[in-house]
Amino acid sequence: MSNMKTSLAVAGAVAAALTASMTAPAHAQAKEKCYGVSLAGKNDCAAGPGTTCAGTSTVDYQGNAWTLVDAGTCAEIELPDDRMGSLEPLERDLPAG
Amino acid sequence: MLDASNHHFDRLPAAPGVGYKPQHFSDLLENAGSVEWLEIHAENYMGDGGRPLAQLRHLSERFAISVHGVGLSIGGEGRLDPDHLARLKHLVGWTKPASFSEHLAWSTHDSAFLNDLLPLPYTDETLTRVAEHIDEVQEVVGRQMLLENPSSYLAFDESTYEETDFLREVAKRTGCGLLLDVNNVFVSATNLETDPVSYIDAFPLDLVGEIHLAGHDEDHDDHGKPLLIDSHGREVAEPVWTLYEHVIAKGGARPSLIEWDNDVPDWPTLEAEAARAAKILETVV
Amino acid sequence: MIVDQGTFRRAVLSPEVDRPEGLSNGHGQPAGRRFDVYRNNVAVSLTEALETAFPVIRKLVGEANFKLLAGAFLRQHPPSSPLMMYYGTEMPAFLEGFGPTSNLGYLPDVARLELALRESYHAADAAPIDPARLQALPPDQLMASTVSLAPSLRLIRSRWPIFAIWAFNMNNGPKPQAGAEDVVILRAEMDPEPILLPPGGGAFLAALLDGATLGTAFETGMGEAEAFDLSQILAILIGANAIADLGETL
Repeated sequence: MSNMKTSLAVAGAVAAALTASMTAPAHAQAKEKCYGVSLAGKNDCAAGPGTTCAGTSTVDYQGNAWTLVDAGTCAEIELPDDRMGSLEPLERDLPAG
Repeated sequence: MLDASNHHFDRLPAAPGVGYKPQHFSDLLENAGSVEWLEIHAENYMGDGGRPLAQLRHLSERFAISVHGVGLSIGGEGRLDPDHLARLKHLVGWTKPASFSEHLAWSTHDSAFLNDLLPLPYTDETLTRVAEHIDEVQEVVGRQMLLENPSSYLAFDESTYEETDFLREVAKRTGCGLLLDVNNVFVSATNLETDPVSYIDAFPLDLVGEIHLAGHDEDHDDHGKPLLIDSHGREVAEPVWTLYEHVIAKGGARPSLIEWDNDVPDWPTLEAEAARAAKILETVV
Repeated sequence: MIVDQGTFRRAVLSPEVDRPEGLSNGHGQPAGRRFDVYRNNVAVSLTEALETAFPVIRKLVGEANFKLLAGAFLRQHPPSSPLMMYYGTEMPAFLEGFGPTSNLGYLPDVARLELALRESYHAADAAPIDPARLQALPPDQLMASTVSLAPSLRLIRSRWPIFAIWAFNMNNGPKPQAGAEDVVILRAEMDPEPILLPPGGGAFLAALLDGATLGTAFETGMGEAEAFDLSQILAILIGANAIADLGETL
């Protein structure tokens, strides 16, 4: 494509895009933007529940734990390369502790 | 731009506040009830933009704000993180909060941040380090900070100070104020089998710029003794209210925060806790 | 007995390491499971942070599996900064090497998408360009202009159908079909939204992000897909306040 043709195509596309985006809804006012869902990911200074949960159980990296508890949606997705989407039993040399 | 409305908020009012949760944004603007000020966790407002900062800008026009850091690791063995100090300076700079506070605890070691307030032995060495760090914070941020007493689940054999003496000495060396968490006092006293009232009576109440109230969970140690956990996930417990009444009767009215961070309730439930604090504060006005 | 913070940290993160000596109940008895309060706080709080950060990964592998995955991740990659809102940047690389999920080739790219959503949420605000400025430029100047995109814009290009996987899990979308997908995250106001890019859109945006002029980026898009429709993607960007400025190089 020649430079001239390219620049006309770009200019035409910009004009068309501007026309298309004119019909987009008006932007919210500053105050309204404050309302709405907040994405979590927070710091706080509270303690977790009790003494016995995630921190003290040595994670079971043995054998079949993963497939036994598998209840994810990956099982419903089948994609090439994906070997039916189910999780595999953990290999022995996987991360310890 | 100088915001004149901020001039009302040079200090926290000696009234109830709550830890701000985004789900209460519209409730606060429409029906704050007895809540007169808000506390935010500094780290949640250290992003570059978007809704968290927009909400904070909006709320700070209406409420006095307390910036409460939870990640500075003032008791850390290493030096304070200069990047984090700079972020605090920036946040305090633009929010111009009525109060700025942090914890007597550590949370970072060798650049790993553990997201919990970890305990310190009360020794001369710790005292020197904490005082140096507070000097640095107050120097960089450019204002006085309040230091909060921790919840204790255990004691260090190496400690040579009572916690109250330790805090008094830190304040004396640095000029910082103190944040008295009454739930923490009760949790620590129960866990270490000491007397919470004696703790309050030994505490330099004249240095207290703010009070915290929160709920705790009950667990037990290896010997079946009660082990209270500072979970911030329920109403303030009755004995903590009683202890709070003692603090207010003895030290006078202070800005008093309800902290509720886990299983955050609906607004009326949280406001009811603030209203209860308001009633107790009214008894001394 | 002095307990230094390195010792404390190792024992907090590793349940199999002995609890440090020198800690008690205040009355001469060893601290015992009192120490486990800290172990628990650290592991639970970091696991919860990862759960809120990666809801799609969590749905894909299942809640119980995600807890195991998080337990391994947080011990290998504790946060390197106190800003929990950015925790988890190492997750895509971690998943590349994580055996139990190695058959789910798309997980790392899905994690990239989830990270990008959070980055976008906290990114700096930027006023959009006045459309009149675009309108006013003659074609040759327009073509020679670079484009400053909003700081909240993120581009994720994948050989996997990551948009479909995201939509299937978060938005009741249809079952994903195999195929590469490029996704742009746009934040018109405060809420980041992933948008599936039409053919050539990923190459075009990658070129713009790289500092290419509009003309060069256009040709890059055309080079990747004959069906590349410049006006379509520009309308998407303008409609979502994603063009912040033009750099006129002529």
